[in-house]
Amino acid sequence: MGSVDFTWLIGGPQGSGVDSGANVFSKVCAEMGYHIFGKREFYSNIKGEHSYFAVRVSDQEIRSNVNDVTLMASFDAETIFRHFDEVSSGGGIIYDSDLDKITTDEVHTLDNYFKERLHQELESKNKPFTIAGVLEIAKEKGVHLYPVSFREILSNLAEKTENPKLRGLIRMFNVLAVSLSLGLIKMPLDPLLLSIDSIFSKKPQIAEINKQAADFSYDYAKSNFNTFQYSLTGTTKQPDTILVQGHFGTSIGKMVSGCRFQSYYPITPASDESVYLESNELLEIQNDRPGSTIVIQTEDEISAMGMMIGAALTGTRSSTSTSGPGFALMTEALGWAGINEVPIVITLYQRSGPSTGLPTRHGQDDLLFAVNAGHGDFPKIVYASGDIEESFYDTGRCFNYADVYQIPVIHMMDKFLSSSVVTCKRFDPKKISIDRGLLLDKIDGEYRRFAFTEDGISPRSRLGLDNGVFWNTGDESDEFGHITEDPQVRIKMMDKRMSRLDLVIKRVPQEEQVVSFGIYDLTIISWGSTKGPILDALSMLKKEGIDVGFIQIKLIHPFPSEHVKSLLKDAKTIIDIEANHSGQLGKIFKQNVTREIDYFILKYTGRGMTSTEIYDSLKKIVENKANKREVLSHGA
Amino acid sequence: MALKLADYKTDVHNDWCPGCGDFGIVNALQMALAEMGIERDKATIFSGIGCSGKTSHFINTYGVHTLHGRVLTFAQGGKLANPEMTVVAVGGDGDGLGIGAGHFVAAGRRNVDMTYIIFDNGVYGLTKGQASPTLKLGEKTKSLPSPNTNYNVNPIGLAVASGFTFVARGYSYDVRHLKDLIVKAVRHKGLSFLDVLQPCPTYNDINTRDWYAGVDLAQESIERHARIYKLEDPHFDPTVHYDDDTEVNEKISQAMIKSLEWGNKIPIGIFYQNELISQYSTRLTDKIPNYLENPPAKQTISENGLPTTDVSAILDSLRV
Repeated sequence: MGSVDFTWLIGGPQGSGVDSGANVFSKVCAEMGYHIFGKREFYSNIKGEHSYFAVRVSDQEIRSNVNDVTLMASFDAETIFRHFDEVSSGGGIIYDSDLDKITTDEVHTLDNYFKERLHQELESKNKPFTIAGVLEIAKEKGVHLYPVSFREILSNLAEKTENPKLRGLIRMFNVLAVSLSLGLIKMPLDPLLLSIDSIFSKKPQIAEINKQAADFSYDYAKSNFNTFQYSLTGTTKQPDTILVQGHFGTSIGKMVSGCRFQSYYPITPASDESVYLESNELLEIQNDRPGSTIVIQTEDEISAMGMMIGAALTGTRSSTSTSGPGFALMTEALGWAGINEVPIVITLYQRSGPSTGLPTRHGQDDLLFAVNAGHGDFPKIVYASGDIEESFYDTGRCFNYADVYQIPVIHMMDKFLSSSVVTCKRFDPKKISIDRGLLLDKIDGEYRRFAFTEDGISPRSRLGLDNGVFWNTGDESDEFGHITEDPQVRIKMMDKRMSRLDLVIKRVPQEEQVVSFGIYDLTIISWGSTKGPILDALSMLKKEGIDVGFIQIKLIHPFPSEHVKSLLKDAKTIIDIEANHSGQLGKIFKQNVTREIDYFILKYTGRGMTSTEIYDSLKKIVENKANKREVLSHGA
Repeated sequence: MALKLADYKTDVHNDWCPGCGDFGIVNALQMALAEMGIERDKATIFSGIGCSGKTSHFINTYGVHTLHGRVLTFAQGGKLANPEMTVVAVGGDGDGLGIGAGHFVAAGRRNVDMTYIIFDNGVYGLTKGQASPTLKLGEKTKSLPSPNTNYNVNPIGLAVASGFTFVARGYSYDVRHLKDLIVKAVRHKGLSFLDVLQPCPTYNDINTRDWYAGVDLAQESIERHARIYKLEDPHFDPTVHYDDDTEVNEKISQAMIKSLEWGNKIPIGIFYQNELISQYSTRLTDKIPNYLENPPAKQTISENGLPTTDVSAILDSLRV
């Protein structure tokens, strides 16, 4: 990495403004030209449980988090208990000095499993089970401690501004934590003040109070603490950079791709996308009247799927966004879309299963499920994006695949992507093309929706089109779409539909199927959001003169067997990296490429992989010290 | 060229049992389409699963034979994306009030401008006569091993309570009356529901054509003995005339009470109608002013293969 590689972590109870604090911090850093990779972790809870946000800042391109935290800004005890040991030597912890005597037992949201592990550590180091105890450990490791009495700041501020109400405003603790951090690392305060203005644009009085608090604590940190060796003074700004939330890639991608109907049922972590689409439902169209996206919140995922199919039959580009449990409910209708050759896009934001699993945590658990979803044999495409920027362009591809091949497309995303905040190159809508395949605008003469054709794809009418009357049915059907149980027609129809899988492999450009980042003796295969941490780990290894190859498989079903086989012909050792228990891509790989995976690097704690973890495991493999299954576990 | 009744018929072989009440419904539906002169390519019949599910194949308009219980979801999606289209959804009582009951209630809340017809016969015919949601508690139709252990759903009452704005009942052997009801239902502005009593001659040996005609009652009386009677005579006013809680509550209550009539007197006709409730399309145009002129199915999304949606304002706001 470059000269600046800094990780800032903020934590606190859910609902206390951890997110907005982190968003402001990210924005400030991004405005100063830094690359940002931020990650949000939270419980399935509305208020009270521990949530945190780690923002990594660098002057080089970064695509992942690392294990070490440089500066932790905390305003509650739990954050200190859970994260003190992540702060590296030379790093710092800003904390509320009023919390010094708090014991682990006084923090009700600390679960017993965690407490037991922490007590063991404290006991072994002869420390009390208090904040003071854990901070001593940090100090001995070389971490700088920056105690601040948050209440004292508020009462000083109250006195100074003659506003006694300020004394009790603990809701401003997040603002204090951010401004203390900015003061400590000598960053400008103005962007924070601007953000406060925009967050509280309808409550100018509250904005004013927050700004005073920010100002005060910023100065406090600047004048009282000068032992911190890190400062972020800015770097050359990259042109055309945007700061995006995880779901922006697919949602803005949907607008640009012409998706005009989205039905959904609320589910973490997918619904942010639908809510964003609805918030931006009015669309500007070049040289035309305004357009719109109709976003419908349905009664369940079954309805979301049915409505989307109904809308798609009218020729509208239609989509839904869901997560594992919701997708499970959609599978019956997925088969209906399959047998009726309906182009639809399902954006599948995976989380940890099985069942409700870890509902707000990350997992790449649903690959095999997506590939095999639905009863009976029917063609579909499963396509996976590796990062947020990629997901914008991939959304365009998914709609084209759906239209051109007239099949359902499942676009694999996940919680790691959805709760990241990153800087990336501004999305370029001109790089998205729109290909509606054989969708008809006009029909003369007799029409057969499922006419047998040379390549198995029939010209497609749409509900309401003049002279385009057709029938659909979930039963096997003839060319008109009427029910048939004739064995010969059955063979032809099954062959017609299934031949599409070969067509996809043949016609989709190979660079859209698999992306190769180099092939070496040791080569990684992976898919989806592991891309970022893998690439960062590879550049760490490269600095040590170690070359490891990597192919990112994007088209997972149908599987590009021959292409993958030939790409890997010179690789001696294959390493599969995935965020699930069973190495699901590895299974698909083995089945299609008929080759064994040599090593698995897997993580299923529900927390995303860091590049540090991947680097460590690859190092073990290089040094011949690794197990066949390396299981990762970093992260609170 | 004016369309004739024959134009709405397909040549698909109809494999319903002889004497099935479904024939009357499909005939009435075709007659209604012909009477309203709806172009074949401007209407879509969505259907569920079961005997009634095949309806869409017998009608020569767009036809979408969907999944068990899910017909309303497909139909609403189609109508919302292309609101110019006339949409009629059909399905059995098991389809709509058993497996699909959740969608039934949710559809009522939305009030999308379309029509839903339930073929109500008290049994699951295509799976050989199990009890369906409208069969009464304790009744034993002929293929049930023992009497029905579930209380029945009241389709009219459920529709009114769920927010359907046109709620009516027809009888499949009174085709002309049923045709008139379908015309009114389709012309209604909002979501209309038609519960059609439809004897299953093969599996329901209780609610038969003779039973509805009151043949058993005739032996006891020389007076009118048909169980079916029309709400229109004597006069019953189902319509909410002005937007006022008292008026609405009165009309809802009278519909609920009427919906409970069963046994020797079974009303058909319109139970409830309220066009003062906003349609879903109105709720959409409140926030998307040109929704009806430029609905999803009509929107231009590209020019020469390139997207025409301009997201530069959004991207500008994300710039750092």
